[in-house]
Amino acid sequence: MKPSVVAIAIIFGIILLGAVAGLFAGVRRKMNLEQWTVAGRGFGLIFVWLLMAGEIYTTFAFLGASGWAYSRGGPVLYALGYLTLAYVVSFFILPEIWEAGRRFTLHTEADFFLQRYGNKYLAALVAVVGVAFIVPYLQLQLTGLGIIVEVASFQAISRPVAMTIAFLIVAGFVLSGGIRSVAWVSVLKDSLMLIAAFSIGIGIPYHYFGGIGPMFKALAQTKAAHLTMPGSTANLGHAWYISSVLLSALGFYMWPHAFGSVFTARSGDTLRRNAVIMPLYGITLPLLLFVGYTAILVIPGLKSGDLSLLTLVRQTFPAWFLGVIGGAGALTAMVPAAILILTAATLFAKNFVRLLFRPAMKDDEVAKLAKVMVVVITGIALYFAVRSSTTLVALLLLAYAGIAQFFPGVVLGLFWKRVTMTGVFAGLVTGVGITAYLLLSKHDPFFGLNAGFVALSANFAVTVAASVLTPIQVSGFEERVEQVAAT
Amino acid sequence: MTKPTTAALLLACIPFLAVCFSVPLWDRIDPMVLGLPFNLFWLMCWIPLTSACLWGAYRLHASRRPENTPGHGEGEPE
Repeated sequence: MKPSVVAIAIIFGIILLGAVAGLFAGVRRKMNLEQWTVAGRGFGLIFVWLLMAGEIYTTFAFLGASGWAYSRGGPVLYALGYLTLAYVVSFFILPEIWEAGRRFTLHTEADFFLQRYGNKYLAALVAVVGVAFIVPYLQLQLTGLGIIVEVASFQAISRPVAMTIAFLIVAGFVLSGGIRSVAWVSVLKDSLMLIAAFSIGIGIPYHYFGGIGPMFKALAQTKAAHLTMPGSTANLGHAWYISSVLLSALGFYMWPHAFGSVFTARSGDTLRRNAVIMPLYGITLPLLLFVGYTAILVIPGLKSGDLSLLTLVRQTFPAWFLGVIGGAGALTAMVPAAILILTAATLFAKNFVRLLFRPAMKDDEVAKLAKVMVVVITGIALYFAVRSSTTLVALLLLAYAGIAQFFPGVVLGLFWKRVTMTGVFAGLVTGVGITAYLLLSKHDPFFGLNAGFVALSANFAVTVAASVLTPIQVSGFEERVEQVAAT
Repeated sequence: MTKPTTAALLLACIPFLAVCFSVPLWDRIDPMVLGLPFNLFWLMCWIPLTSACLWGAYRLHASRRPENTPGHGEGEPE
């Protein structure tokens, strides 16, 4: 049999297995809005871990991180830095977000803003900004998936065809089982991802250099500058590293899908314990970096770094193994994509349409509209992915910088009584405005700093200043917070 | 809402200092440890060390738990 046929058969076998697991998860449960979006708030430590690990290790970690190690070198370490620190932030804020979610039956990030600040236009703005930045992230997953199937099939299956098939499957299991499906498919995805990372992270340097140490020794002798910052870039130095790590670590759980997954937990304590163990899963990332670093020496001169991992796997291993790696990669695109689609659809239906135009809608009708939106949003992302040729890196930078602008509203909302709706509104508009301006006019990095971080700093300053200048506002959490504090 | 204690926040500052702000001190190739460039080795060490810091913060939190009223979800055992 031709190697391309073997590889593709295995990839689709794995995708199919994932689809079956996803479809099965939703069977025998009535899918109301509460079940569909937050699984009845019943996930214990293991399921919360599966869900969060599932949505964090996306196709960016798989292709993009090794791609950065290949094309940029040292600056890629920022990904390792922020992944570690994001959980430190999460340890303190997630249990508080969960507590608010339990008391007021929140489903989405926009619900949180509505409850805390009591203004429907602010909540709708959060929903719109959230959906707007989810689309490029979704596009990133689609593009990654297209690359995987294209390379694994030796260019026999084109990207648009692969993307369309995979996303019909994703839309299918999101519709049938909601968030519960996603957690179940994560089981398969994460086991494969671990096998893939360890076998190629250790196997590839061993195959070409006899080990990880000799590989780095060879690299240090020939391309020493590539290994430290700014690596092979002109302006990604230490100031960029610090600002990017801070922006991403703070912005991490501001992703509407990550924020929403908080509500699936059974208790605040589950989230605290989850934060303790989450960093350990980050050990897979350096393994993928090893592959990118090996690729510089073995296959220099590729047009796009995003292709380096798979190209190297293809020329090192037999076809069936390429299929396993490709299947793992495809699932790392599909699982996060499923959560992104589900979140964007719920945000749009509940926090935009119902909030602004149809206040009389019942929860069941919201769920119905959200399911229609699943199809619409999948279609939009698919359209962008087929039409545009942006790199994975550019898409991620854009999306992160925008999403992190929710941070002041969330954190000050939890820990600072003096913050007001006007302050958060002004800060958010400032932050998103500066982000859009700096990124669209290609001013990233801005004087050596991550542009999103510059925008976030301005956002913080405006939020605080405008809050102090406006009259004190009673928090939507206030009354019951006092009750709890008094006991 | 339970405000985090000062001790827990200090524990949380350690990884931020080690992984983020101190980058000029450890971003170099030599000495290579276990075959890894020093910057990569340093960051990999801080993966388990960060978990350890958070575990410490968790112990601190758990030791305050009896003061909370059960039934508010905060310290509910699973």
